[in-house]
Amino acid sequence: MARMKFLCDAERCIHCSGCVTACKNEHEVPWGINRRRVVTLNDGKPGQKSLSVACMHCSDAPCMAVCPVDCFYQTNDGIVLHNKDLCIGCGYCFFACPFGAPQYPATGNFGGRGKMDKCTFCAGGPETDHSKAELEKYGRNRIAEGKLPLCAEMCATKALLAGDGDKVSTIYRERVMARGFGSGAAGWGQAYGQQERTRERKGFGAPGKE
Amino acid sequence: MRRISFLAVLPILLLCAPAPAAATTSDGNVPTIAQSDRIATPDTWRSIRQGEAGFIAGQPASRGVLIQSEGEAWRAARNGKVAVWGGIALVGVILAIAAFYFIRGPIKIDGGPSGRQILRFKKVERIGHWLTAGSFMVLALTGLNTLLGRWVLEPVLGKSLFSWLTWAGKWLHNISGFVFIAGLVVIFALWAKDNLWDRYDFGWIMGGGGLLKKGVHPPAAKFNFGQKTQFWMVICGGAVVSSTGISLLFPFTFGDLLGMQVMQLVHAALALVMILFILGHIYIGTIGMEGASTAVTTGYVDLEWAREHHSVWVEQREGDKPKAAE
Repeated sequence: MARMKFLCDAERCIHCSGCVTACKNEHEVPWGINRRRVVTLNDGKPGQKSLSVACMHCSDAPCMAVCPVDCFYQTNDGIVLHNKDLCIGCGYCFFACPFGAPQYPATGNFGGRGKMDKCTFCAGGPETDHSKAELEKYGRNRIAEGKLPLCAEMCATKALLAGDGDKVSTIYRERVMARGFGSGAAGWGQAYGQQERTRERKGFGAPGKE
Repeated sequence: MRRISFLAVLPILLLCAPAPAAATTSDGNVPTIAQSDRIATPDTWRSIRQGEAGFIAGQPASRGVLIQSEGEAWRAARNGKVAVWGGIALVGVILAIAAFYFIRGPIKIDGGPSGRQILRFKKVERIGHWLTAGSFMVLALTGLNTLLGRWVLEPVLGKSLFSWLTWAGKWLHNISGFVFIAGLVVIFALWAKDNLWDRYDFGWIMGGGGLLKKGVHPPAAKFNFGQKTQFWMVICGGAVVSSTGISLLFPFTFGDLLGMQVMQLVHAALALVMILFILGHIYIGTIGMEGASTAVTTGYVDLEWAREHHSVWVEQREGDKPKAAE
């Protein structure tokens, strides 16, 4: 079985929020809830970058670990799903989640948060596949149709990738190879980046020159 | 030929080339490599990992945080130290009390029941006790269920029934909290003055409270030092548990996410300590001591019991009214 993963390529994301809108429309996500969000770093400054975030379907999911009623489960594909019939709206999964994925339809006091809602990797929930109950509680089940999450499918620049983790990393690896240096290896940008560009400007060892 | 092909590719190369690193910004600063167009510098990732917030449109600013690592610390503390050590302490204290019961046995009225009764707690005092005690038992059981039920009850009851029980427990917990606060206010108003240090307390401590040896009864006024410890533990612990509880009841009103995580841990850990104390209190008030429990039910206790355990108080009472509660 494949291990499903999300990856957002910050070099490509243009903050169009198409992923957020696609998700909201596909699953008829209630008001006030966005299962996915786009965050811009260094907004308006040099080095501005955007990243699209949702539930990352962690291997050792913190939400799953702290849920008092054990309403989470992980599919064979590594997708973390939850059962809204069991959820008591305590909010613990939100305390634990590193990515701020769990959200609640109500902000009422006295713990009246309602049933938690989060990204399902377009895989629905414990109800029968394609049933009305599944649609109303969790949204569409594209995985059961053999399709990948809509956010990634709709991404105009293919910044957001979703699917088999091996394939996602292969695509990303190819991109890094094509872009050359600076897209990953920790410390390389700091150590060699400036230096190489200086050499390029002076015309020493610049690519394409002999 | 070679030169020509290179010239043909040149425009494409220029298009693909990254922006010059040393471009000067409008305010005249030359960006360093860490501020360059590449996100994957170690500093950038480190600051994301440490919870630096970016800009987010149309959603609360706090949602701009990409990774909050405190959640992992909270999870480790709640599922680890609090749940594991709390569970061990709970079992340990219950076993210790059971051992005490079998070794020392219940504390009898040495002189035997006199048959004469004396009023120990007025009606308002009993109401204060049960407001606090009744709500505390509900809070303790539902709270323990939230912390440990998943590992203890769920395998027995099944997910659906257990989830319903925990949901009901959550509401009971939320409502009982206010009853508990009301009880705390009542008992504080009624009993605080009787729980101040007095001249008998040192002797009571030195005599081990009469708990360890049969027939030993250090003199005490209305409350002995053990009860005073219990009282201030309930008042102080109760105040902190109540205030953190109210904060959790009104999410993000009195604190941000980190505040909520810390308050949940303080709430759970301190409540566990209170439960351990109260286990001892329940034991000594029921099966651990003959003649004690009626003090908070009917309000009357046997005169001989009162003479043994609260001799000073009985003298004061009998000095006031010679025929106290016949």
